[in-house]
Amino acid sequence: MSGHTATCPNCGAPVNFRWSGAVQTTCEFCHSILVRTDLDLKKVGQVADLPQDSSPIHLGTEGQYQNRPFVVVGRIIYEYEQGGWNEWHVVHNDGTSGWLADAQLEYDLSFWTKPPKPLPPFEKVHRDAVFQWDKQQYRVTSVTRAHYKGVEGELPFEYWDKHDMIFADLRTTTGEFATIDYSENPPLLFMGRPVEFDDLHFKNLREFEGWKQ
Amino acid sequence: MSSLAVSPPVVKAKSLSCPNCGGPVELRGFAHTLSVVCPSCHSILDASTPTLTLVQRVQEAQRIQPMIPLGSRGKLENTVYEVIGFQIRDIVGEPGEGWSEYLLFNPYKGFRYISEYRNHWNFIRVLAALPEPTKSRGKYAIRMLGQTYTHFDHADAVTSSVLGEFPWRVKVGEMAQVDDYVSPPYMLSSEATPGEVVWSLGEYYTCAQIWRAFQLPDRVPRASGVFANQPSPYAGRTASAWRLWLWLMIALFGITLVMGFTSTNKEVFRHSYSFTPGAAGEPSFVTDPFDLQGRPDNIQLEINTNLNNNWAYFNFALINQDSGHGYDFGREVSYYYGTDSDGSWSEGKSRDSVILPNVSPGRYYLRVEPEMDATATPMQYELVVRRGVPVWIWIWLAALLLLIPPIFIKIRSTAFESKRWRESDYPPSSSSSRGGD
Repeated sequence: MSGHTATCPNCGAPVNFRWSGAVQTTCEFCHSILVRTDLDLKKVGQVADLPQDSSPIHLGTEGQYQNRPFVVVGRIIYEYEQGGWNEWHVVHNDGTSGWLADAQLEYDLSFWTKPPKPLPPFEKVHRDAVFQWDKQQYRVTSVTRAHYKGVEGELPFEYWDKHDMIFADLRTTTGEFATIDYSENPPLLFMGRPVEFDDLHFKNLREFEGWKQ
Repeated sequence: MSSLAVSPPVVKAKSLSCPNCGGPVELRGFAHTLSVVCPSCHSILDASTPTLTLVQRVQEAQRIQPMIPLGSRGKLENTVYEVIGFQIRDIVGEPGEGWSEYLLFNPYKGFRYISEYRNHWNFIRVLAALPEPTKSRGKYAIRMLGQTYTHFDHADAVTSSVLGEFPWRVKVGEMAQVDDYVSPPYMLSSEATPGEVVWSLGEYYTCAQIWRAFQLPDRVPRASGVFANQPSPYAGRTASAWRLWLWLMIALFGITLVMGFTSTNKEVFRHSYSFTPGAAGEPSFVTDPFDLQGRPDNIQLEINTNLNNNWAYFNFALINQDSGHGYDFGREVSYYYGTDSDGSWSEGKSRDSVILPNVSPGRYYLRVEPEMDATATPMQYELVVRRGVPVWIWIWLAALLLLIPPIFIKIRSTAFESKRWRESDYPPSSSSSRGGD
């Protein structure tokens, strides 16, 4: 992880990068959305006030999963008709990054994966459709239309001009899951599994009134 | 590097007021709460917006009183949870049949549930894996994360009352199709609503465990009947009882071998005689003396006769030559056979044997007095005395007695399982009534 620092083109405040691969970040002080160019940062937008949320995770939370330490450097907040969830962008010290989802405190960890074979076209994706990857059967459990509610911190791609997203969630009988992001062209595949809070060995979490961790 | 890891402020519980009655409404589930029931007027309110909005005004038929009050905290599986929501789910078409559900919350670990039916409890969490349909002992079953659960029952559930807050949009009158699958102490449940099927896994808890976890002050109530996933007190004990029985049988076999090898089983006397009924003179006589040696031990007297459709009675006395002390006993030998309309038949034997236990060593003789019908044909017979014969009857008796505990446990275990399944959609055929407790 590099401790690279730049200056916010909007307010002049220092902008620290925890992750050298970041393409986009937000200024902590003026909430400008900043995109990295070759030389410096360019303001491309402004973050609206983040919706109220009660995730115990925040930017800077550290953890360790299966002996791989990670730090939370960014997040995307999605909202759909049944509520919302956070996708926390986590980076490991070897520079690789993944996503720690927190949907009403059900956690899962997933990584962008190069599809082992071409992803099914969206027309073929509906509930209970079955696809096979890596000798594992994945069944579509839901197709979710979500919209993008907010963004914070460092992200591996530009994510400031997105609005509506379509995700297909697939699961296996052994608990693994896959998410296909059909709002990208070509679609993106993320593969992962649910994780227990205790298995993430968090440090530096938020505090809740009346509760001890 | 962590200079910019500014910790966000402590998340605080929120207090709002009810748009219907103006009463105070506290949110214990922070921003997770989407629905909350006003504790004063029982209106269901939408909590997803900064101020509460009315969703459903509830005609409250009766004051519901959850056994665990809202706001109680309890420790389950090493985590402290707070009860933030409560709902009663009734079974459609079965009035009075229904269960309670408590929503538990911990701001780090998330949401869990506990359910209660007739003082039987389950601690429940939602599962994310895919179920695999299968069969178990002829019944429909589900395999999930390496474990097979047998289908127990199906119910159409309707939410009849709600209290507290929920991270989803609750409504009184909401319907769901619920299926339970069991593998005690676990229960897998699926809840289907239009557009969604949620799978969850419950583990059986007793009232005492729940009372201890939440430190409830009242007396622990008693559960009635056997619940779907209540662990059987006999589970595993049947197998271990049979295992113990097998070991004891092996031990018994060992004893038998030892007895067989250590028994002296020595012939100490053998002599042939004849007896003519109705003959003049005294029928009784004494045999030659014989020696019984070693420790006190049994003797066996064997009587071999040539009786043929006839009977004889023998009065015996085994007399110690030195002390004059005797053991008196009598034996009847009879042997009949023939043919009738059912074919050939026979009754009795022409030989007999008897064991006298614990005879002290010494020099003994037998006094013998045969008796027969005065008109019967004369009888030839032989008397044989053996010292220290192994007695197998005790071994058989022991084997039989040892069978009692495993059979007893098996019967109790079967009775427990039949009580369990009587409440299911698959009542055992022997029981005539359903849910008759």
